[in-house]
Amino acid sequence: MAVILDRRTLLAGAGASAALPFLGAPAHAADPLKVGFIYVGPVGDFGYTHAHDVARKKTQDFYADKIKTNYVENVPEGPDAERVLRQLAQEGNALIFATSFGFMNATAKVAKALPKVYFEHATGYMRGPNLATYNARFYEGRAVIGTIAGMMSKTGVGGYVASFPIPEVVMGINCFTLAARKVNPKFQTKVLWLSTWYDPAKEADAAKALADQGADIITQHTDSPAPLQVCEQKGLYGFGQASDMSSIAPKAHLTAIVDNWAPYYIGRVKAVMDGTWKTGDTWWGLKQDTVQIAPYNAAMPDNVKKAADDVKNGIIAGTLHPVTGPVTDNKGTQRLKDGEKANDEMLEKMDWYVEGVQS
Amino acid sequence: MNFDIAISIVMTLVVAATPILLAGLGELIAEKSGVLNLGVEGMMLVGAVAGFIAASLTGFTPFGYAVAALAGICASLLFGVLALTLGSNQVATGLALTIFGTGLSSLAGAGFVGTTITRLPALFPPTLAGHPLLRLVFGYDVIVYLSIALTFAATWFLNHTRLGLILRSVGESDASAHAIGYPVTTIRYGAVAFGGALAGLAGAYYSLAVTPMWADRITAGRGWIALALVVFSSWRPWRLLLGAYIFGAVMTLELYSKAAGFALLPPEMLAMLPYLATVAALAVIAMRPSRGRLDAPRCLGKPFRAGA
Repeated sequence: MAVILDRRTLLAGAGASAALPFLGAPAHAADPLKVGFIYVGPVGDFGYTHAHDVARKKTQDFYADKIKTNYVENVPEGPDAERVLRQLAQEGNALIFATSFGFMNATAKVAKALPKVYFEHATGYMRGPNLATYNARFYEGRAVIGTIAGMMSKTGVGGYVASFPIPEVVMGINCFTLAARKVNPKFQTKVLWLSTWYDPAKEADAAKALADQGADIITQHTDSPAPLQVCEQKGLYGFGQASDMSSIAPKAHLTAIVDNWAPYYIGRVKAVMDGTWKTGDTWWGLKQDTVQIAPYNAAMPDNVKKAADDVKNGIIAGTLHPVTGPVTDNKGTQRLKDGEKANDEMLEKMDWYVEGVQS
Repeated sequence: MNFDIAISIVMTLVVAATPILLAGLGELIAEKSGVLNLGVEGMMLVGAVAGFIAASLTGFTPFGYAVAALAGICASLLFGVLALTLGSNQVATGLALTIFGTGLSSLAGAGFVGTTITRLPALFPPTLAGHPLLRLVFGYDVIVYLSIALTFAATWFLNHTRLGLILRSVGESDASAHAIGYPVTTIRYGAVAFGGALAGLAGAYYSLAVTPMWADRITAGRGWIALALVVFSSWRPWRLLLGAYIFGAVMTLELYSKAAGFALLPPEMLAMLPYLATVAALAVIAMRPSRGRLDAPRCLGKPFRAGA
């Protein structure tokens, strides 16, 4: 117990690296600030976790030897996460990013127990004096690719390979469908839930099943490029998830919603260095460049490119909200009146599907 | 549901079942010799990454499969040295092999994330492989036919060859086999290496055929399903094939039925199914009054030391 207290004291004092080898030795100011990350998937998934790790590297490069970043990948969402978080804290990480929704309870618990360490939890809603949350408005990107899908699809059926029915995913499906139906009012989105974030073979089979059911454009909210590869093979169109995946499917890849967490990470590290870190909830999107749209495929006609750019620029300028009424759910209940815009609370709690979604 | 989709479903399930069948066959032979190698998932990942790197660097996909099998053998020999020569606990060693294989593959594949290779074409000419009906039988690559041929071969080997009989005797009673003069450890090495080769091939089937790319943990736990299916099959190659195809069918049908707008089962149930089926099979085996017909090799998992 004394050892742990010692470590905590050191952490509090230096706010910096005070790992076991230095225990008892005075920590000096030149020690780099240690920043920890825990990932739900492997850094090589080429998707969501990959994007977080790219941002981690950018942050490391930005501060060079002033900070030292560490990460733990493939952390299961559950009790294991708590153990990993405590370990990272004990190793002297003064700022820890927990990058998946499922780490929420574990992060909240550990943050309470270790008040001197700063925690940041992605996509969650539990906050505390030393626990901030951050998210990206991916749904804005979904509106852009939905517009493209609506215009590029000949069958008017889009496929959506989805992970878990949490609000984050549901709002993506809704924004995609709303945008597609704006350009093609008959557009339908078929959603397949896989109960996993990452299983390339299953994601590929899901994409095949959707294609065989008439979907000629497929998007995904799972982490591997496998669905995109199926599109390439079958001559269909698809979109990259979290990273620009055009190298995997040069013909099928129309564009991608790219997660760019680096500006946020760099800013938060600076806040810890300056002693100005405050808790809060940050939800950045296209405007802050946290959500980026990858370069368009040359196969996209100019009018589609223009329509996509219009949506993107409209969202950046604040003149267009992806969820603007009239919005009716797929059971016929009106959710938003004409011209009414969904507020953040509605988005964060979304558990219904808009008209045109088959789930 | 129209005809085209029905064919598409069958073809998808065959492809989904093939790597599980391959890995399962290798493990079945190893277990028949009395060795429980829980490192299937690790060997698959090592094979998957080695195969992908080889195919990617040479641009020649068959070479990738050859390298994958070799890499699988190397990984299995590592297990062999620890578990067979040094007599370490097979369960622990197998688990360690899986953890090791996962890490090694991730390290080796880091530079290949986001690249792709060309799949093997269908074995038969396009007139057959692309035929709307005949593609059901002729539309696969060589690995699919190989997996079925190996099922034949394994059955024949175990039941109709002298070496197969010796292998089974080593698995049933290592001490007796040793007393008669059979080299128990050598035979087990052979069986484990065969298991490694097939696990390597199975892994490569993911990185070279199912989703031709390298991504960390690309096999996503299929090695465990292969292990479960070996028990489910009660160590019979044909039942293993049946089990793999049933598993492939359940997975595929579920996706297709949901895409068509009706769900047979919630996805969480689906994820449990192979394990539930294994538990059920184990329960059935345990309930059989006559041991033997369905039973596991008696020396399964027991380390052997000559003279012990």
